[in-house]
Amino acid sequence: MHWLARQALRLIVVLFCVTLLTFLIVNILPGDVATAILGGLATPEDLAGLRADLGLDRPMLVRYFDWLGSALSGDLGRSHRSGEPVAQAIADRLPVSLQLMVMAQVIALGVAVPAALLSVRRPGGLFDRLSASAAFGFLATPSFMLGILLIYLFSVTLDLLPATGFSPMSEGLWANFESMILPALSLGLIEWTVLMRVLRSDLLTTLKEDFILLARAKGLPPWRVLLQHALRPSSFTLITVVGLNIGGLIGGAVIVEQIFALPGVGRLLLGGIFNRDLILVQGTVSFIAAGFVLVNFLVDMLYAVLDPRVRHVRFRS
Amino acid sequence: MSGAVSGGPLLSVRDARVGFGTVRGLLRAVDGVSFDLQAGRTLGIVGESGSGKSVLVRSLIGLVGTGSGAIVGGEVRLDGQDLRGLSAASFRHLLGRDIGIVFQDPMTSLNPVMKIGRQIGEGLRLNRGLDSAAAARRAVELLVEVGIPEPERRASQYPHELSGGMRQRVAIAIAIACEPKLLIADEPTTALDVTVQRQILDLLQREQRERGMAMILITHDLGVAAGRADDIMVMYAGRAVEMATTREIFRGPRMPYTEALLRSLPRLTDPTHTRLSAIPGRPPDLARRGTGCSFAPRCTYRSGRCEAEEPVLSREGGRGFACFNPLGTSGGAGA
Repeated sequence: MHWLARQALRLIVVLFCVTLLTFLIVNILPGDVATAILGGLATPEDLAGLRADLGLDRPMLVRYFDWLGSALSGDLGRSHRSGEPVAQAIADRLPVSLQLMVMAQVIALGVAVPAALLSVRRPGGLFDRLSASAAFGFLATPSFMLGILLIYLFSVTLDLLPATGFSPMSEGLWANFESMILPALSLGLIEWTVLMRVLRSDLLTTLKEDFILLARAKGLPPWRVLLQHALRPSSFTLITVVGLNIGGLIGGAVIVEQIFALPGVGRLLLGGIFNRDLILVQGTVSFIAAGFVLVNFLVDMLYAVLDPRVRHVRFRS
Repeated sequence: MSGAVSGGPLLSVRDARVGFGTVRGLLRAVDGVSFDLQAGRTLGIVGESGSGKSVLVRSLIGLVGTGSGAIVGGEVRLDGQDLRGLSAASFRHLLGRDIGIVFQDPMTSLNPVMKIGRQIGEGLRLNRGLDSAAAARRAVELLVEVGIPEPERRASQYPHELSGGMRQRVAIAIAIACEPKLLIADEPTTALDVTVQRQILDLLQREQRERGMAMILITHDLGVAAGRADDIMVMYAGRAVEMATTREIFRGPRMPYTEALLRSLPRLTDPTHTRLSAIPGRPPDLARRGTGCSFAPRCTYRSGRCEAEEPVLSREGGRGFACFNPLGTSGGAGA
């Protein structure tokens, strides 16, 4: 368990650095929340008064540690703009973003894993070349572009799915799925490309191993050799990339939520930035960063599940 | 165990060829090798690295070819059945049931993320129709048989938790699990500590005798083949250059290459600090084979004919050798 303690300590250090850095960056953003609230015609006295009310006249580091203290007890402050508690604002929007990312990830893995398995059946064959071309094509497409193309195809031309808007699960699972599938596709269809290429290349390396020959010598059919012997030892890089790509996925979600008008955390963040709502931006970015670090921490744990050799090294008492 | 149905050889190989297309042209890794193996006997295939011995044997059981761009030719019969004419599915069935294989390095030949018991039981479930409980029980029995202490505990461990020798014992358990007729051991001791090598060879030999399996023992070390093989086939540059019983080989090799291999064995009777004899030169480039005998450039007995003409494996009273100036004859270099 020694390993777990070290990981937890690292997690704390990383989160501290991330929140501090966010605070610094947010505070050097040009613009001013007081101006944003009171408008350009406000007198300097009014602006200064509002800043004092919001506590913005104190030194930056004081404000940071003040914020950090409350954040540790779960209080991320109140939005300068709406007065709504930031933690509550995030909690309200989190389910939408989580659903979007989980669906996108499922789509990405659902396309990447079968595509990689099929392409290594015959490296350099027709499927391999087609999937490689498709992968590079999608990889070169930005998610907002893909989102707009998907809207054009499925909503405008085929009239199958709603173009924008969000139906919560309370309005029925199908309605919810309909409103989420296009946004999830815009992210997932780009995400799968990297996963597929990484898994393909690891599979090809694994397939040269002697234990694969031995599995074939046991008389196992090719698909069983692939699924039961090659896939798991080939999936470590894939898992790492999935974890690291969460960052890209969050970035993509911010844009995709905007295009499809989904009330998610990304949209909350964007609104906060436009309004110079520093405390909201600080809370949201810190929350996202914590989520990212936590996911990668979980990914690290997953290695131990997948690879008994890692377990052996980590949990040797 | 059952021998050949017809009374013929268990394994019969005719004119086996394996080529790889390379940028420098066709590389003939195995070039027209033929041999027979009777049930219950052990054939040692001996040669230095790159002589084609592993590729030959792997190509016989279909483990070279797919994806590597190899061109495989020749005829292979197991129990009279033509292996090259089988469908992929029937070939896999036969491979799993009738042929067991042990690879050189047990570090890489066992799946690192699968428990040992399952790796042994896998073939049993597939080829013998055992359910998973029965396969697991049989796996433990097999671990006992190959001499692994605490078999129940070992069965639920992963390969990295075992020593090299233990892992090779597990690999042998996997190979014999389905009671094969033919056991192929591809340099089974090369990656092991010297102290363990003998134990593994003894285990292989015991299993082979008790089960009446035929065995092909691939090795670069004539010393390994010495006490274990009934017959020896010496390979050089993708060809069989000498074939005889082990006794004949050690009593008097006919092919100068075999003699050179024998000379490079250290002997206990040598005085201490005797320099090991090495074969001068290197094996030929298989993609640029010239005319004449492949061994001629390194041979001390070569004559003009050796460089102009390729000797074929000729048979003389049951033993074969490919040489114009064989040892032990008046025309040759003399014994």
